Amino acid sequence: MSDVDMRVDLGGIRMKNPVTVASGTFGYGKEYAELIDVTRLGAITVKGIRLQAWPGNPLPRHAEVPGGMVNAIGLQGPGVAGFVRDYMPFLRETGVPVIVNIWGTREEEYAEVARRLSEVEGVSGLELNISCPNVKEGGHAFGTDPRAVSSLVAAVRRATRLPLMPKLAPNVPDIRVFVRAAQEAGADALALINTLPAMVIDIETRRPVLANKVGGLSGPAIHPVAVKLVWEAAQVARVPLLAMGGIVGPEQAIEFLIAGATAVAVGTANFIDPATPLRVLEGIEAYLRRHDMNTVAALTGSLRAE
Amino acid sequence: MRDVTCRVVNQMPLKAGYWALDVEAPGVAEAAQPGQFVHVRVPGLEPVALRRPFSIFGAEGTRLKLLYKTVGRGTAQLNRLTPGDTLQVIGPLGKGFPLAPQGVPLLVAGGYGVAPLSFLARRLPVRGVTLIGGRTSDDVLAAEDFERLGWTVRVTTQDGSQGETGLVTLPLDRELAHLRGSGEMPELYACGPDGLLRAVGERAIQAGCRGWLSLDKHMVCGVGACLACVQALRREDGTEWIGRVCRDGPVFEAREIVW
Repeated sequence: MSDVDMRVDLGGIRMKNPVTVASGTFGYGKEYAELIDVTRLGAITVKGIRLQAWPGNPLPRHAEVPGGMVNAIGLQGPGVAGFVRDYMPFLRETGVPVIVNIWGTREEEYAEVARRLSEVEGVSGLELNISCPNVKEGGHAFGTDPRAVSSLVAAVRRATRLPLMPKLAPNVPDIRVFVRAAQEAGADALALINTLPAMVIDIETRRPVLANKVGGLSGPAIHPVAVKLVWEAAQVARVPLLAMGGIVGPEQAIEFLIAGATAVAVGTANFIDPATPLRVLEGIEAYLRRHDMNTVAALTGSLRAE
Repeated sequence: MRDVTCRVVNQMPLKAGYWALDVEAPGVAEAAQPGQFVHVRVPGLEPVALRRPFSIFGAEGTRLKLLYKTVGRGTAQLNRLTPGDTLQVIGPLGKGFPLAPQGVPLLVAGGYGVAPLSFLARRLPVRGVTLIGGRTSDDVLAAEDFERLGWTVRVTTQDGSQGETGLVTLPLDRELAHLRGSGEMPELYACGPDGLLRAVGERAIQAGCRGWLSLDKHMVCGVGACLACVQALRREDGTEWIGRVCRDGPVFEAREIVW
């Protein structure tokens, strides 16, 4: 038993520790269950779900770049019914809070997905994907306009009592505007950051490497960008923050907590070392002990900026 | 599947740019089936490089053999490893080749596609014919291994530097005609570029035999989570679905693939 209290409350999602995984990097949990003990995670965040099954983008869907990767998977997924049928039984069995990332092309679709998931046992919270750069129809169009964020969050809020956590886009002039818009519209928590819009060109063929031409940059390259945005968001946030972007070990996660995050998500690093979330968890605990802190909550927002 | 730390035993040059890498992979090698692959974290590319998938070239006891061609920074770094060095390996991954042929096995390899077929040639209960195609003789690998195991080997190169000049489908069509003439059913197994797989698949459908094709796609997670390596597939009832090459494959029957 740990002598450090690792529990956090992420806007009503009660986590036994502050470490989850980033949507899209961990499938539906099941895929990694043979490689890591998923029951040790604070929460499992699953890949984006819309109302109906969605095929995603043509291949190639990814490119490796220094410091990370650029992806344009395009939110391929089984739809709400397929997700609930094929993956919820396994997820329920883990006993770990399940955060479902949801998206749609219109407000009504987001609201309908939220409504349906509200009736599903074992779903602990919804991450609202308003910032995926890879699907023209959905996501991003909402995420870079504060009025659209406000309207969408309010619409989904009316459809569910589940903890609601919009995932903010990093490529905006002032993140604080979006933090305010989302929390005033009824968000219980905020997730940040999504990938940064990016592009890779094959210089021999002079063609974009991704079939979608553009994609989202993830991995260690974006970590300092994310830290700055989390720190700025924390200055105006009245709701807890889930931080992600380039975590490869405990150090980056601890930075996020100090900057003001309540919980953290490991993303691209899962592909390289599936044990990363557990290493991060153990590293945070060791850090707290070393600094004579007995709760992880005490670390949140402990930046000495003066 | 397991994520294990492996020790390099040996690196052996095969032909220009092609290498065989032997590693001690307890917990992975014993479970490996022909057609499966491993996902390798190449040391020295840390902390951020993605893993690289490699077909299993052979497995005996706790020893795993991989075949690779030095094409980029990952394989160049792999090539710097010397005996005693360690690397992280997730495996065995994916679904391999079925091991109970209903006819005479014909193995069709293009370039380093020979890797899983060499492993298969050891594990199949019967022997048949292996057809190896390469651009030049430098791309014709492991031909002697198949012969040693009792397989008949036919080689083609596009520049005529070894074996017959042309594509591997030339001797394949002759073998298929020969079997047809003698009233025997073939069973096809192939690994190589998409063009080769497609050609072999078409012949399997024409001949009314099974054709097992191992797809080579760029991968990210290797375990079916990220959906970077998907392939359009067809069920027996004709409906289509999107499969993951890493988890639902990499081996598919010719009729399953929607090209």
